Amino acid sequence: MDDFLLEYLPILIFLLISLGMGVAILAGSFLVARQKPDSEKLSAYECGFAPFDDTRKQFDVRFYLVALLFIIFDLEVAFLFPWAVSLGSIGIFGFWSMIVFLAILTIGFIYEWRKGALEWE
Amino acid sequence: MYSLPDLVPALPELWLAVAGMALLMVGVFSGNRSTHLLIWLSVVAIGSALILVLYVSPQSSNSITFSDMFIADRFAGFSKCLVLIGSALALVLSIGYLKTERIERFEYPVLLVLATLGMLMMVSANDLIALYLGLELQSLALYVLAAFRRESLRSTEAGLKYFVLGALSSGMLLYGCSLIYGFTGSTNFTAIASSIVASPTVGVGLIIGLVFVISGLAFKVSAVPFHMWTPDVYEGAPTPITAFFAIAPKIAALALFLRILVGPFLELAGDWQQVIIVISVASMLLGSLAAIWQTNIKRLMAYSSIGHMGYALIGLSAGTVEGVRGVLVYLVIYLAMNVGAFSVVLCMRRDGESVENIEDLSGLSQTNPMLALAMGVFMFSLAGVPPLAGFFAKFYVFMAAINSGLYVVAIIGVLASVIGAFYYVRIVKIMYFDEPRETFEKPIRRELSVTMAVAGVFSLFFFLYPGPIINQAQYAALSLFP
Repeated sequence: MDDFLLEYLPILIFLLISLGMGVAILAGSFLVARQKPDSEKLSAYECGFAPFDDTRKQFDVRFYLVALLFIIFDLEVAFLFPWAVSLGSIGIFGFWSMIVFLAILTIGFIYEWRKGALEWE
Repeated sequence: MYSLPDLVPALPELWLAVAGMALLMVGVFSGNRSTHLLIWLSVVAIGSALILVLYVSPQSSNSITFSDMFIADRFAGFSKCLVLIGSALALVLSIGYLKTERIERFEYPVLLVLATLGMLMMVSANDLIALYLGLELQSLALYVLAAFRRESLRSTEAGLKYFVLGALSSGMLLYGCSLIYGFTGSTNFTAIASSIVASPTVGVGLIIGLVFVISGLAFKVSAVPFHMWTPDVYEGAPTPITAFFAIAPKIAALALFLRILVGPFLELAGDWQQVIIVISVASMLLGSLAAIWQTNIKRLMAYSSIGHMGYALIGLSAGTVEGVRGVLVYLVIYLAMNVGAFSVVLCMRRDGESVENIEDLSGLSQTNPMLALAMGVFMFSLAGVPPLAGFFAKFYVFMAAINSGLYVVAIIGVLASVIGAFYYVRIVKIMYFDEPRETFEKPIRRELSVTMAVAGVFSLFFFLYPGPIINQAQYAALSLFP
């Protein structure tokens, strides 16, 4: 039991060191550096020119919807590649598992299409 | 080469998955006007799943399939029957509510079917991964259902709160699973069990993992100290969904509790017993004490369900066949009492609006004597007054506790139910002795009076013929022990 936990000791040491480094660097730059803030220095940095807008703008929720839908089909492809490569060795069960998975995704796709999630206006 | 696994033990789940997706397609092509039809089709789908469960439930040996990830034993069969009955009844209770609240959207029954599917998979899990998949399928559908009245601030708040805390609890559960996997080298329950038996000493890491898993599951059954979400979610969610929350997910999560603690971790019973005793005692006490000050009936039912989960966990803390049998009998009776009580709550409507305050029940015995009588039966039964069903529920778990030497827990349980009786009986007092208010809308919808009558008859006359349920629970409990 103790031997087992001992194997994790390097991870603990690593955690402590990284925590210490992070604190030391942040605290060091805060304590040692000379600080003379003015309104230009404190404003949001925007590629060299003066910021002309507030960063807190309203953002259309539809972007999120599109992003979510994209992730699903992105994942589908991520699953399809290893499946296609190993098709020879996973047999009939492996083949049908993926077909069922694709069918379920297609049902989800039909649903979102009919609900109008893919229409922008 | 992998050949096709044996699909027969998983027939109910497969059927429900196909039915859920077919219903979704019917709904999306015919729009919200098909909601009423879809609800009835979902009830039929769940009913057929119930028949399939009875058909595949093995009489003697357990059937394991999908690379040992899925188990169909008598315990799973028993719990699945309860879950399916609870879901079907929650659907039936929703019919009138969706119409009057104008939230007839076709996703409602589909989500409910998918949540039920998740619960069935939880109950049949024989592997940590399968457990998690079932739990998440259930939870994701429930988050959406809690926020189903999306114009209502309280409903969306309930959904969000449930989602955030549910995600937290899933995280704890997963962390526990990863620790268990790390220390035993497998996610399979059978392999975990044999690894624990084989090792001479039990690692601290494994215990920590187990405690995390228990915490995650305690969230799902809303046991103290993981109960904070319950009153707010119960209050905010649409009332039939509150009824559903109080019944089916609780049954599934408690069955999962039994499956995981009595299955792979039976060898560690001495360790998890302490944890279960603490959360069980805390839930009983908090459920009884905090409910006293509630003015909203849905919040009151939330605290009541926290307390009842505490009583049910007593049976688990005994860790014996008798204890598990007690929990299963408890769940059957709990199902009936809650369906009944929530049917009454759904009848509380004035001028086209739902009313939820306990004060609104004042003088119900004069304006609607039958409704008051039904509510009285459910309240006395929930309080555990003999000879109503609720008394026997508690009787079996307390007996199991005493037979395993847990006298203190049993005594605290009895005391807590005496305190709890106060607020249940107070409702009866309000209905029978306070000045009558304006009457509730009449007539009561037919499906509500049917569920009320069935639940009432069950609560009243359970003591006449308890044999079949006790026997089935006994077989189910036996199948859980190696």
